[in-house]
Amino acid sequence: MNQGSKKTIRTLCFAVLGMFTFSFALVPLYNVFCEVTGLNGKIELRATNDTNIEIENGRDVSIQFVSHNNEEMPWTFEPSEDSIKIKTGKYHTATFYVKNPTDRTMIAQAIPSVAPSNAASHLKKLECFCFEQQELAPGEDALLPVRLIFDDKLPSAINSVVLSYTIFDVTDYDGIELTQNTHNSHVMEPSL
Amino acid sequence: MSAVIESHGHDDHHHGPAKGLTRWLYTTNHKDIGSLYLWFSFAMFLIGGAMAMVIRAELFQPGMQIVEPEFYNQMLTLHGLIMVFGAVMPAFVGLANWLVPMMVGAPDMALPRMNNLSFWILPFAFFILLSSLFMEGGAPNFGWTFYAPLSTTYAPPSVTFFIFSVHIMGASSIMGSINVVVTIMNMRAPGMSLMKMPLFVWSWLITAYLLIAVMPVLAGAVTMMLMDIHFGTSFFNAAGGGDPVLFQHIFWFFGHPEVYIMILPAFGIASHIIETFSRKQLFGYSSMVWAMASIAILSFVVWAHHMFTVGLPLAAELFFMWATMLIAVPTGVKVFNWVTTMFKGSITYETPMLFAIAFVVLFTIGGFSGLMLAITPADFQYHDTYFVVAHFHYVLVPGSIFSIMAAVYYWIPKWTGNMYDERLGKLHFWLSFTGVNVTFFPQHWIGLAGMPRRVPDYALQFADWNMISSVGAFLFGASQILFLFIVLKTVMGGKKATSKVWEGARGLEWTVESPAPYHTFSTPPKIN
Repeated sequence: MNQGSKKTIRTLCFAVLGMFTFSFALVPLYNVFCEVTGLNGKIELRATNDTNIEIENGRDVSIQFVSHNNEEMPWTFEPSEDSIKIKTGKYHTATFYVKNPTDRTMIAQAIPSVAPSNAASHLKKLECFCFEQQELAPGEDALLPVRLIFDDKLPSAINSVVLSYTIFDVTDYDGIELTQNTHNSHVMEPSL
Repeated sequence: MSAVIESHGHDDHHHGPAKGLTRWLYTTNHKDIGSLYLWFSFAMFLIGGAMAMVIRAELFQPGMQIVEPEFYNQMLTLHGLIMVFGAVMPAFVGLANWLVPMMVGAPDMALPRMNNLSFWILPFAFFILLSSLFMEGGAPNFGWTFYAPLSTTYAPPSVTFFIFSVHIMGASSIMGSINVVVTIMNMRAPGMSLMKMPLFVWSWLITAYLLIAVMPVLAGAVTMMLMDIHFGTSFFNAAGGGDPVLFQHIFWFFGHPEVYIMILPAFGIASHIIETFSRKQLFGYSSMVWAMASIAILSFVVWAHHMFTVGLPLAAELFFMWATMLIAVPTGVKVFNWVTTMFKGSITYETPMLFAIAFVVLFTIGGFSGLMLAITPADFQYHDTYFVVAHFHYVLVPGSIFSIMAAVYYWIPKWTGNMYDERLGKLHFWLSFTGVNVTFFPQHWIGLAGMPRRVPDYALQFADWNMISSVGAFLFGASQILFLFIVLKTVMGGKKATSKVWEGARGLEWTVESPAPYHTFSTPPKIN
């Protein structure tokens, strides 16, 4: 086999390895890309450290809360209020009621989702039950708080925002830590 | 390598084929391996086709008639996987094996032993995949697109076997593609510059690059599934911080180039056949090359048009809509070039030409329905309906499959030394042509009327067209038995073919005698 063929083979093998690596690199790239461009409404779900976010005389925005249970998740999970009116630039605390009706201790993780997607990056949270896993003993219940604020850059066309949480049973995933940059909010798909 | 082995290898060179079954097991000859690929693909075509018959039989009338819905889903999934990875792709690899070395004036493929390996792992891949039918929980039932978490959390246990079979198919495709690229880049006869290469060779060079780029991504996707299922990772599991939409992005990043992998070699084949039977030089050779290259490059930036309804932002929907529509430009160039080649040609309508003309017409219909699907707001209506089924069957059956059949009729005199039966060939064409259109054209209408895809039962208003569609499918299915008969008859005997076979044939493969000797172009031919 001549030198030229060997070189072609080497290049192609590197291309194959490179593309295999790239498929795995797509996972973090996807998150970073969505965060940088704001596409897909992905935002970091760390507690906000923006202290200049509060303003006086914000405008009215209504926020609706939706709760879903992932398949076979037996917990009771519902917002205390279905919908509230808040002002941009003002913190507000909403609560969700959870109860573990089973006879075993269970761990849950809530994953949020915001619609419309371009509201997602303007919804900031000071604290949220979705930042960590929730553990409830048999029959135990709790009122879980989320303290949130809309910054005043919220596009003026948006007067109403849906904040939806899906609660997952992660008891069997015990010990697996979620990485921070995967705590993302997702665009809620209206038809889902 | 020792001198003894080298001289032995040299002696072998002058032998004809070995005798017996081991000839096929140990062969490193590109023509043998090409035949193996083609026969394997034919077997898979019949198995996948039998599954399609089960699907159409169930859909013959509304209500559940013949199979359980669970089994229906398994048939649907295996039909897709087998036709894509078992029938169409190996058929094109088989044609590449037979034709690329002869067309570029090379004695064999560049890596003959790897060529043997890349074929012989394929039967194992499909044995594993098909054996899942007999496993507890049944075969994969999540559709050929295996969206996670349907294919991870909610999949039958046999999904692990599915994953390994996809790994093996991927390895086979990658090895095959490396072989094709190395052969084309390094073993062309002196004087054959890239822009003098026959278009089938060009189409395969581009296809091979696409395969090398995206098969590893498919391997990555199924590996992530494997890890989600068995090693507790959460790539696609939202509860663990993963993202099901990410699966669709990765899958379609592979999947869209994959659909062009299944059509680009068909473009090459159609160009040769139309030029031959129009008795004219192909119109616009260099624009054909550029069109194929642009289609290949664009295929990497359109993947999200398969997922308009997942909740993409407006900017992304617009980008992927326009990028997709852009592909119509190079594709249109190709169609116009084929039509212009035929214009004022002295056309005769032998079976390969009939299939090639049907390819141009029906592939264009499939292309137009693709353009309709590319319109984002319209896609919200068409998504996951039978309109999509009609669209991709129009580009795959009278597109890819017709081009493969055209290629078989066109080159079989060169392969076997015998002419096929023209009368039976034409009969096969007209039965297939009628069958395909009766099967898939009504599916446009029931799709637009709202019938969802991947369902074993449907609402009453879709009953008439479904019955007609099923009748067409049975006709198309049965006419492939005739194809098998014609091929076998030609292999056994028939009118002897001349070297040139066709009056208007051009290219190096027509300069060697028919049947092509076991070893061709041991000394490179001279290209003017």
